Amino acid sequence: MTANKGKVLLQVQGLEKKFDDNQVLDGITTDICQGEVVAVIGPSGSGKSTFLRSLNLLEVPTGGKILFEGVDITDPKVDINRHRQKIGMVFQQFNLFPHKTVKENIMLAPVTLGLMKEEEASEKAEELLARVGLPDKADAYPDSLSGGQKQRIAIARAMAMNPDVMLFDEPTSALDPEMVGEVLEIMKELAQTGMTMVVVTHEMGFAREVATRVIFIDEGKIQEENTPDEFFAHPKNPRLQEFLSKVL
Amino acid sequence: MGSLSHWVHRYFVDNGASSWWLTGLRNTLLITVLALCIGVVLGFTVAIIRSTYEQTGKLKVLNAICKVYLSVIRGTPTMVQVLIFNFVIFASISVNEVIVGGVAFGINSGAYVAEIVRSGIMSIDKGQMEAGRSLGLSSGQTMKLIIMPQAFKNVLPALINEMIVLLKETSIIGYIGMTDITKAATLVQSRTYEAFVPLIAAAVFYWVLVTILTYFMGKLERRLRKSDRK
Repeated sequence: MTANKGKVLLQVQGLEKKFDDNQVLDGITTDICQGEVVAVIGPSGSGKSTFLRSLNLLEVPTGGKILFEGVDITDPKVDINRHRQKIGMVFQQFNLFPHKTVKENIMLAPVTLGLMKEEEASEKAEELLARVGLPDKADAYPDSLSGGQKQRIAIARAMAMNPDVMLFDEPTSALDPEMVGEVLEIMKELAQTGMTMVVVTHEMGFAREVATRVIFIDEGKIQEENTPDEFFAHPKNPRLQEFLSKVL
Repeated sequence: MGSLSHWVHRYFVDNGASSWWLTGLRNTLLITVLALCIGVVLGFTVAIIRSTYEQTGKLKVLNAICKVYLSVIRGTPTMVQVLIFNFVIFASISVNEVIVGGVAFGINSGAYVAEIVRSGIMSIDKGQMEAGRSLGLSSGQTMKLIIMPQAFKNVLPALINEMIVLLKETSIIGYIGMTDITKAATLVQSRTYEAFVPLIAAAVFYWVLVTILTYFMGKLERRLRKSDRK
């Protein structure tokens, strides 16, 4: 797995986040390389979502650096909007825009930001809708869709920006069980196209099968990271052993 | 029929009655429209400043100014504000009365519109802002394209209510010597020594205006609701 590692996309160096007195992230350091699929797991309250949300600065770190394609995006002088265009994000609660049709949801950002013309974005949206298996939903409004369909649209919306990396914040946690599969399938296909992905998830099956690396975060620190085979077969950290014994 | 014609003449035409009613209707409409425009622009601006401050901590000074404005306007009677505008602020400069009334009521209404709109902005899930920002949109773009359209739709009934209140509240403008619908009614009353017809007529005029306003706003509301469950 390490053999086909590409260049480093995201360098996280000593990342810290404090909410008042609560140290949520306590010095996280890791590199995320092109083509990697990194699964981030950990107990609730461990800081794994905060870690992910820091990567596109939805949470502003209180310490450390994040270099995205060589630029320190924690620097307040950096135009974060420009970098976010290249960092797609998929949320647990989908966060589709309810007042826009599915197609408008997908086209909004590329057109508003002047990256694509209307027709170009429209074609791209149709292509992406076909890819996530919802070509007939272009003119539907989000409220008429199931959770699984919403999440597939949200993935398509993020992909419309042609991001270099995609972040997934517990993308299947808000779904009814029978819809988890369809979303994971889309993510798996995305991984196979070589998309760099960081996925906070409780889906151990997904982490084992699709991820190229698994990170275990607890108490704001990376407690263990490894290839999925090693990670699940021979966990070394006692906290990880305990966590896995509960969830597997 | 002779008596009906006599009746119409007595209360709506003779001795300057027709010109009072026409001037009254015109002034009530002009003041209301001017005040609505000022109130909406002012209200949305204040609401955006206040919510931007609440969400990001930016615009601290502007936010403080907005808070003073809200406190003063909401803490004092409209009547007193109108008197102050007429006899203090616009006292030394000669300005058309309609402008004085429109500005006074507009600044008054802006405070209420601001709080209505702010409640609408706050009602939108913060995930919407995050989704917009994560796509690379600026907070201004996200506000304009994603938050405000949804917030506006949610608060439209409350805004319509504020517009109705505003229209009716202009009836105190007679106190600064302006002829509006209410003033016209009292003028006719004083000329005819009859209260019933002119006052009921004034009530009917207001009711018709409010009904027309409600009709068009209801149409707008239905159009905006298109995206709900379809």
